[in-house]
Amino acid sequence: MATTAFVFALSRATGDPRLLFLDQYSTQEQWDAWGKQMGLDRPLLAQYATWVMDAVRGDFGQSLSQRTNSLSVIAARVPATLQLALGAFTFAMLVGLPLGVLSAVKRGSMVDYLGRAVALFGQALPPFWLGIMLILIFAVKLGWLPTSRHGGVEHFILPSITLGWLAASGILRLVRSSMLEVLDSEYVKLARAKGVGRLSIVWKHAFRNAILAPLTYASLLLASLITGAVVTETVFAWPGLGRLAVQSVYANDFPVITGVVLLFTVVYVGMNFLVDVAYAYFDPRIRY
Amino acid sequence: MENAGAQAAKVLDARQSRRDRVWRFFRTWPVLPLAILTVLISCALFAPLIAPHDPLVGDLRAPTMQPAWYPEGSSKYLIGTDTLGRDILSRVIFGARISLIVAAVVLGLGAVGGSLFGLVAGYYGGQVDEVLMRFVDFTLAVPFILIALVVVIVLGQSLTVIIVLLAVFGWGGFARQVRAETLSLRTRDYVALAKVAGAGTAQILYRHILPGVVNTLIVVATLRVGTLILTESILSFLGVGVPPPTPSWGSMVSDGRDYLDTAWWISFAPGLAIFLTVLGFNFLGDWMRDRFDPRLRQLV
Repeated sequence: MATTAFVFALSRATGDPRLLFLDQYSTQEQWDAWGKQMGLDRPLLAQYATWVMDAVRGDFGQSLSQRTNSLSVIAARVPATLQLALGAFTFAMLVGLPLGVLSAVKRGSMVDYLGRAVALFGQALPPFWLGIMLILIFAVKLGWLPTSRHGGVEHFILPSITLGWLAASGILRLVRSSMLEVLDSEYVKLARAKGVGRLSIVWKHAFRNAILAPLTYASLLLASLITGAVVTETVFAWPGLGRLAVQSVYANDFPVITGVVLLFTVVYVGMNFLVDVAYAYFDPRIRY
Repeated sequence: MENAGAQAAKVLDARQSRRDRVWRFFRTWPVLPLAILTVLISCALFAPLIAPHDPLVGDLRAPTMQPAWYPEGSSKYLIGTDTLGRDILSRVIFGARISLIVAAVVLGLGAVGGSLFGLVAGYYGGQVDEVLMRFVDFTLAVPFILIALVVVIVLGQSLTVIIVLLAVFGWGGFARQVRAETLSLRTRDYVALAKVAGAGTAQILYRHILPGVVNTLIVVATLRVGTLILTESILSFLGVGVPPPTPSWGSMVSDGRDYLDTAWWISFAPGLAIFLTVLGFNFLGDWMRDRFDPRLRQLV
């Protein structure tokens, strides 16, 4: 709710949207006609009310730069962003989970050091620079992968790594610390004493319990994917929501930018809610 | 024979223990981060003295010069020049200023604002706490980069706008930690005694509770520096950071983006600078947390 008011205030603060379309040669009548058409002649509060009602119905108004419905402009970009997020998520899981578990099980080993390096780099590497350096090495110098744009599987590799690394390092750290804690617990010791096999102890007894803590991280992970999407899509010229947001900001296209910001916020809040529910489901001790 | 063997063993022992000592020294003291940060801070403070060239004025006769170790490079420009012939090394050195100024001011504002909020929320509890913390949740729950894009377009690009933006959305972490700490401190006997002795709320908060949360505050601040510098660089990279021609690491990386196949060094050095700086602060933060406030391990 507060976000909508905030976004609306911003959208009106940029100045009269009419300025974008009409130049000094247009007459006062044209000016007023446009104003009426866009509902700018009514009081601000009424404009806000209409805007919220429209937004709820998914109508953010005409895109100012493309002269079509903003919703269709936005909707056209959703699949690319989802695909990228899925790619990044897959990368994060493939790297973060096994490395986290292994570095906890084999503490102080090479795997552990590798895991720590991945985690440290993930938190300190600027995502845009990581992307650019990956392009430099694998696309420009080695020529193995395409530099940018949307396309087949090979187009997904570099962007997914760029976007997924931070998330991978977060998952890795959480899984590692929570595995260490669980491996040290009484019931794991009991299982060992009973003579349960190593693999079974790690994956059945410990991992299942250790995965709970990282679950709460899922919402933070989504946040990093959203922020990262803006950057990653800009670096790789990816036709998704993040790049759309940047483009429409430069083009002063407010209906579109408000739509994207609201969409991201709704997804964000929704995910937070889902995480709470999932947490209660996985951990029967929590009851709301 | 025996003698020689014993002697060899002794020498080995001595070596072993010296290596252990060196190793232990590196483990107990954050040598690497302190070294990085010393270089960084001296760069920021003495930029005009250290930098070999003017960071803003380029030599148009020498655009995109290769680094000195290339055949066409010149020792005048150690790591090359950008498309306008500006010395990259000088720009990276001056870029440290922007990153550090932003980080320092935002942290200052965040620490003061956040602890004020956290102290009040934690001390009063109940509905006050509820309302204040909802507000904190809000500032932490918005997609920051997107909001920042919009705000910068509305208000225009400037250092002040960036700092205010980062500060407005960056104090939530402080507020949460300080509140948690205050919640436990306010039940202590000495706080109750101060109340009995007639101390006012402001005095209790300032004199008796604040000193107890300072450790946490410092640790949280150090842990946040890295993220802050990264965020600033992301904004600069997207073109909504500190306006050009002021050298900022993020925008320098962005400058070199279109010349990757011909001039990779334009993007490389500033990005490396960001990476090392953030790495240094993160290391230092981890070390301070383990040393001063190990309980935070679970929280941050």
